[in-house]
Amino acid sequence: MKKTFTTKEIINKGLLAGAVVLSLSVIGFIALLAERELIKGWFSLGHIFLVASPFAFAYVTTRDMEYEGNAKPLQTGFIIGAVASIPLIVLSFLAVAIDIRQFLSNVSPALIELLTFGQTPVLGSILLLLLFGIIGVFAASFNIIPENIRHPLVNALVWTLGIATFSEILLSRVRSLLGRGLVKVIFSGKSLNPIFAIVFFAAVFGFTIWWDKRGDSFKEKLENLAPAKRKQLSQGQSILLMLVILFLPLILGSYLTEVANNVGIYILMGLGLNIVVGFAGLLDLGYVAFFAIGAYVMGVLTSEGALGLDAGFSFWTALPISVIVATLFGIVLGIPVLGMRGDYLAIVTLGFGEIIRVVAVSDLFKDTLGGAQGILQIPKPEFFGIELVQPGELYYVVLAGVLLAVFIATRLRDSRLGRQWMALREDEDVAEAMGMNLVSTKLMAFATGAAFSGLSGAIFASKLTSIFPHSFNLLISINVLSLIIVGGVGSIPGVFVGALVLVGLPELLREFAEYRLLIYGVLLIVMMLVKPEGLLPDQRKKRELKSEAELDWAEK
Amino acid sequence: MAMLEVNDIHTYYGNIHALKGISLTVEEGEIVTLIGANGAGKTTTLRTISGLLTPREGSISYLGKDIVGTPAHKLVYEKMAMVPEGRGVFAKLSVMENLEMGSYSRDDKDGIARDLERVFALFPRLKEREKQVAGTLSGGEQQMLATGRAMMASPRLLMLDEPSMGLAPVLVDAVFDAIVEINKEGTTILLVEQNALMALSIANRGYVLQTGQIVLHDDAAELKNNEMVQKAYLGMD
Repeated sequence: MKKTFTTKEIINKGLLAGAVVLSLSVIGFIALLAERELIKGWFSLGHIFLVASPFAFAYVTTRDMEYEGNAKPLQTGFIIGAVASIPLIVLSFLAVAIDIRQFLSNVSPALIELLTFGQTPVLGSILLLLLFGIIGVFAASFNIIPENIRHPLVNALVWTLGIATFSEILLSRVRSLLGRGLVKVIFSGKSLNPIFAIVFFAAVFGFTIWWDKRGDSFKEKLENLAPAKRKQLSQGQSILLMLVILFLPLILGSYLTEVANNVGIYILMGLGLNIVVGFAGLLDLGYVAFFAIGAYVMGVLTSEGALGLDAGFSFWTALPISVIVATLFGIVLGIPVLGMRGDYLAIVTLGFGEIIRVVAVSDLFKDTLGGAQGILQIPKPEFFGIELVQPGELYYVVLAGVLLAVFIATRLRDSRLGRQWMALREDEDVAEAMGMNLVSTKLMAFATGAAFSGLSGAIFASKLTSIFPHSFNLLISINVLSLIIVGGVGSIPGVFVGALVLVGLPELLREFAEYRLLIYGVLLIVMMLVKPEGLLPDQRKKRELKSEAELDWAEK
Repeated sequence: MAMLEVNDIHTYYGNIHALKGISLTVEEGEIVTLIGANGAGKTTTLRTISGLLTPREGSISYLGKDIVGTPAHKLVYEKMAMVPEGRGVFAKLSVMENLEMGSYSRDDKDGIARDLERVFALFPRLKEREKQVAGTLSGGEQQMLATGRAMMASPRLLMLDEPSMGLAPVLVDAVFDAIVEINKEGTTILLVEQNALMALSIANRGYVLQTGQIVLHDDAAELKNNEMVQKAYLGMD
């Protein structure tokens, strides 16, 4: 739906964009991100977030604009950008005039320097206004330039900014894999070398143009291959993928492998919660309880400290017991909530999650669970006498768990039980009228979900070698639920994507940690508006949302 | 012995006494209808028979067995099927998936395939829309789907709750024709309807419910001519 905008509406959009960037500034987000320099001497991640809001507003407004008549998209973009700078200009003048940090403690001199480019307030303000205006024009131009230039441009921008953002991590990997010589060419300090950035940008740009032109004929060639050849090719691809997964720790190095392990722990939990929420449609907000139970059983059984049972349990014998105990608790929680639906179920499960944590922290079981001090000296897993200590070794334990869980989840989804869950999710009454036993169907969902989480908790305990009750708070449940939503409810590959985005990325962007919840909130809102079906949705879910859109259309 | 014998059942919603001693029988091969105004207890009677509600007093016997307290999902295996009020199709699943869910209680593949053919013969519209998402069907098509889905359990007794609700008159005719067809093929039918005229024109016998009690019971043709029924339910003076 294209529409025309009046000047007043355009100015309003600009002020809105300005309000967004102003709030990002006064909470200290921009100044913090400014510490991560992207391209040496040019700009930092703070600059990117500074211009992100005017860029987005200018882009969206000019995209929805009616181009007929006397509309001028570039001019509109400039106005939105320029207007967006006004709140920041006011802020920098205020900072000079009064002691603003009394009220807004995050408006630091560093932030003001960033906003005025180190110049005097007047000159700095003009520069900022011009910069924002140019950004607005730039954003608007994306709607005008032809697709065969836009696509390479977007690709080159995203890739260049991407590697620049993660340059510190990339630097250490390049150094250990490819040698110091290359490091000097690509990086300068901890950020990207400007010359390399330009070359890289141009290379991606050129490659995309070539690919867009040649890609079609290449794809045709691929499709014209004999079926046997094509099968070979796809087999080759899967073998390659397996090899990459198998040797991933060698490529990633120990820090990134540790991140991958954390992501893996969350993937395991996500796969389990995906069964409860995604397949069976039972909203469980206390999912961390089973994670905690798995971890505590592993801790109590194997700890070599004062609290351990000292009964000679190894990681491998304690692992199935942890899973079984978590499963039993899954059923125990399931029984009282059998008759509950929707919101009520969510509230009761939320309570259950808290009860488990409070019990663990209380003095009631201090002698066995250690109260607030937790359980220490949990041994790492052993494999034929080799203790798995390094992240690169533990990786394989996590990987085995994830592969097992993916296999089970996929098979369950396509089974008779999977169908029962699907019917249960759609309509409980009709499912019962079809001859399905709701009691066993629900309990199976809770039990299976709890088993996955218990497995995850057991591995977690052994990986960390010590557990504390405060690691099992509500936030973990929320995290797991969010990653399912972001990935796509009910989608197994979606769990992987969700975990990478919500667990992996914040780990790599340590600056974000403080603002993690803010980012989660914004991300979830944006997801619901832009892509409610998730990043990698389940086929059925996609069809459902599509059919709803068709319905809306039919009604109009 | 009758296929279904309901004897003096009392059903409560909490403290509300909804059914105050309902007795009725359904013989094999019949179409029996329950008619009555809103809130008379028609749906409650069906839900009690199908096991979704449990009566506090009274007995229900089906095929010679006492079924009070048997959960609803088990009764499906005893070849008793229900089409719930408001149709209740799985809105997000396709027509085919809905029908497959209907055959959940069975594992005879040949029989399922046969019944699927039968349903498609009865409702050719469903065959055309096999892959469509059920929520996008029209009201009449959804009623066909819900009925077809119940048939996939190959029931001996099929209970329908207000199949004409919210349908255009032309579709009401089609749905009732299908009910007669299903009955001819050997399925016994217990039909709850507000559209008393339609229901009585296809039924063998009818029961009239009023505030949780049966006030009248007769052959359908007799009921149609009954002065009180004509006045209260058929809108005649």
